[in-house]
Amino acid sequence: MKKQLVIGVTGLNAIDSPGPGIAVIRGLRDSQAFDCRIIGLSYESLEPGIYMHDIVDKTYQIPYPSAGARVLYERIKYINDIEHMDVIIPNFDAELYSFMRLEQELEGLGIKMLLPTAEQFEERHKYNLPEFGTKYGIDVPYSKSIFSSAEIYGLHHEFSYPLVVKGKYYDASIATNADQAINYFNKISSKWGLPIIIQEHISGTEYNLAGLGDGKGNLIAAIPMRKQYITDKGKAWGGISIDDQEMIEMAQNFVKKTKWKGGFELELMKSNDGKYYLLEINPRMPAWIYLSVGCGQNIPEGVALLALGEKMEPYTDYKVGKMFVRYAWDMIVDVEEYQKIATFGEL
Amino acid sequence: MKTGKNVAISESGFVLNTASGESFSTNPIGVEILNLLKEDLSVEDIAKTIMEKYEVDFNTFEKDFSDFQNLLNYYHLIEAE
Repeated sequence: MKKQLVIGVTGLNAIDSPGPGIAVIRGLRDSQAFDCRIIGLSYESLEPGIYMHDIVDKTYQIPYPSAGARVLYERIKYINDIEHMDVIIPNFDAELYSFMRLEQELEGLGIKMLLPTAEQFEERHKYNLPEFGTKYGIDVPYSKSIFSSAEIYGLHHEFSYPLVVKGKYYDASIATNADQAINYFNKISSKWGLPIIIQEHISGTEYNLAGLGDGKGNLIAAIPMRKQYITDKGKAWGGISIDDQEMIEMAQNFVKKTKWKGGFELELMKSNDGKYYLLEINPRMPAWIYLSVGCGQNIPEGVALLALGEKMEPYTDYKVGKMFVRYAWDMIVDVEEYQKIATFGEL
Repeated sequence: MKTGKNVAISESGFVLNTASGESFSTNPIGVEILNLLKEDLSVEDIAKTIMEKYEVDFNTFEKDFSDFQNLLNYYHLIEAE
């Protein structure tokens, strides 16, 4: 008989730039090790996952990270008094810091999480990437954090155009001149705050790897993927698992040296001369994580099991040539449901 | 010259580089030549096989084969000896 778990999951925004929540839940539901009741944790009333009742059993709204960790704790405590959660899997970069701060307290409530340490979280940050690359011997594009759009006119001493203008958490645009860079600076900083990261533009092909580290230096799972269909927001709408040992070795090196704990995604650019550059490390599972399940490595299940303190042997194999193709689906929802989540914060 | 170890060829002409995820399509003659390359046959042996089977002289074969080979090289589908 399989054990029963109650698992809280965020990132239910299965929109055109999707959060990973729905894909994570599908992996959890496919688990051979446990059955689960899924508690959705949402920020907005129109996150599609709230209304997917065969995916999410019950949803509670939680406060935005800007409200602070204390407010989040009180809300989680209220939810936990009803639901008795075993595990929470946060799926947004922007919320991770609050959950990391609450790790001990939530454990006191009986809720386990598998999160990177604050140090790991900080050092892989986009604005720390050059130092990170130097420290761990990984090739990264030259980049620099800036705090004012006035700095952009001086960038020509260090960068040539085109260059990439990136937000602290999300968003990136390629600017071909200073005026465009200023425009992107204003647009992205108004949404995600400062600093803005200016990065050398590497032309080539984009590859990604979804992985799982156990916090002891072991790479438990790793699936390399090539994006086949990219949306105008740069998100993969289709991709294929590939047989690339070099990418797996990079992931092994990263996990071994940092002792990374939790799910992660490496975003890499393979330059036209065949060299890999690390563009970003996302400190959580990506929205395409269900491909890992299709390839035979259930990373969401692994996250839940490691959070519960279970020992996992590293996966040694995966299926190459498995593809994912994302699709959009219109659900018909009664206004009463919307009213419930919008008014009471629960559905 | 041989097709790369990561190159999967289907009879329908779909060619997948499993290391890069790139996919291509080719016609039946292309499939035949890729399969012969996979067996590590020499250019002379490939020419012989094709000329026995189809009405083509060596000069025409050599020219078309050279074009195809350049294409395969460009897409990293063959390994140099």
